Amino acid sequence: MKKLLTRIVSFGLILCMAGAMAACSTKSTTTTEAAKSESETQANAESSSETAAAAGLTSQSGKLVMATNAFFPPYEYHDEATNEIMGIDVEIAGAVAKKLGLELVIEDTQFDSIIAGVQMKKYDIGMAGMTVTDERKQAVNFTSTYATGIQSIIVKEGSEIKDIDTLLSGSYKVGVQTGTTGDMYMSFPPEKGGVGEDRVVRYSNGNDAVLALSTGKIDAVVIDNEPAKSYVAANPGLVILETPFAVEDYAMCVNKDNTELLDKINQALKELTEDGTIPAIIEKYIPSKG
Amino acid sequence: MFYCKVDYRVLLSFSDWLNKWKDRLYLNFVASGRYKYLLRGLWMTLRITFFAVLLGIALGVVAAIIRSTHDKIIEEIRPGFGKFLLRFFNLIVKLYLTIIRGTPVVVQLMIMYYVIFASSTNAMMVAILAFGINSGAYVAEIIRSGIMSIDPGQFEAGRSLGFNYIQTMIYIIIPQAIKNILPALANEFIVLIKETSVSGYVGIMELTRGGDVIRSRTFDAFPPLLAVAIIYLIIVVFFTKLVSMLERRMRNSER
Repeated sequence: MKKLLTRIVSFGLILCMAGAMAACSTKSTTTTEAAKSESETQANAESSSETAAAAGLTSQSGKLVMATNAFFPPYEYHDEATNEIMGIDVEIAGAVAKKLGLELVIEDTQFDSIIAGVQMKKYDIGMAGMTVTDERKQAVNFTSTYATGIQSIIVKEGSEIKDIDTLLSGSYKVGVQTGTTGDMYMSFPPEKGGVGEDRVVRYSNGNDAVLALSTGKIDAVVIDNEPAKSYVAANPGLVILETPFAVEDYAMCVNKDNTELLDKINQALKELTEDGTIPAIIEKYIPSKG
Repeated sequence: MFYCKVDYRVLLSFSDWLNKWKDRLYLNFVASGRYKYLLRGLWMTLRITFFAVLLGIALGVVAAIIRSTHDKIIEEIRPGFGKFLLRFFNLIVKLYLTIIRGTPVVVQLMIMYYVIFASSTNAMMVAILAFGINSGAYVAEIIRSGIMSIDPGQFEAGRSLGFNYIQTMIYIIIPQAIKNILPALANEFIVLIKETSVSGYVGIMELTRGGDVIRSRTFDAFPPLLAVAIIYLIIVVFFTKLVSMLERRMRNSER
């Protein structure tokens, strides 16, 4: 019995080693091959761009995988009536996918995992009311902007916090969603216009932050204006401060290597804006006053 | 000639790889003092675990003594107020064990944070209570199994020496039981340390959430996750070492 066990284990080990070696050797050959025939492949790709596009444009052929965090109304949220993820981002991504002849697949994940996932090619695009920032640009490419957002401050009715200055100067606790621009701004030390690490409380999504605010665990929430409106509408006793905090641009993010997809999405976004599809989608969710 | 060339290439790619990792580590831990997220998180994790363990042991011992006393002597007690009281407490403990062991700790933590202690602003306190109460249920069953594992003859021997029930428990049963349950108890604490990683759900900056924050700043998943994993591993290995030393000490008394 013992002998048999030893044999099984050693056989397994040998298999593992062989596998590892094989993996190494394939890798090295591909790099050398790639080095040798880089110009060749490029020429090939250019001559037969149509077939290449169909095969390798996205991580799963025929599908456009979009990563989002569906707690961000009206850009993306779980709709109670249809039990599906809906919103501006979802509809725009759907229109883009249709233009590219791809099927849209939505992955609902943590906001702070979206960019890392796009980098690792788990997802083709990240679209979650994501603001274009310089730090993020170092990690991924952004498409052209499709919407504008404003960072606003939610407080309880009758709160002492009247504007951004009282918020920054006091010792108030500020709730944010991890990894959002609100988190970035607020985490800066006071001399750089934030409240500093000790006063920031990070939640997994905006809902949780607002819940904590309405039970008095924190004094304010800094989050994008449109979801802020939905949260305030759903939770009586909360108000949005009149003074907006920062104006920013939303865009989709795409892996740095996949410039082909980026170009195609930008082209699609341009066409969809010109034919009025995108403005109509935004108007549907955020009716402009007057 | 051939392998010379390969060697050279491998070496080159290796130094490339090394440089890349140096940049990655710098970006994730050194740049703008990001390692502080991990340190702050570790300190929070250790504090929550320490107090939760204390609370868990206290609750567990009480619950275990009620349960095992009930199971052992309820038949022998004369009907009366004492019997009723023991039955009543036993029922409460059973209810506690069922509810706590039947629901995930994340859910318990969220209920504590958003419902039961909705008005509390001290999130760490809420987490300590949630994890302590949770751990107590598991510790109770571990300790009960230890008490029940001691031969009834030991108990009778204690009583015939003139000890009362409490004295027999303290001087004869519990010391023997602890030796039996130490591995299981250590296991429970290891689980508890790692379970505190869910307290990020309620906005607490513990070790795992510290790694999350770094990832959200650098958009690089592997280095922060690896660092967090290594830190947990070191804590657990250190703790396991301590427990095995304790076990060896206790085994000395066997001869």
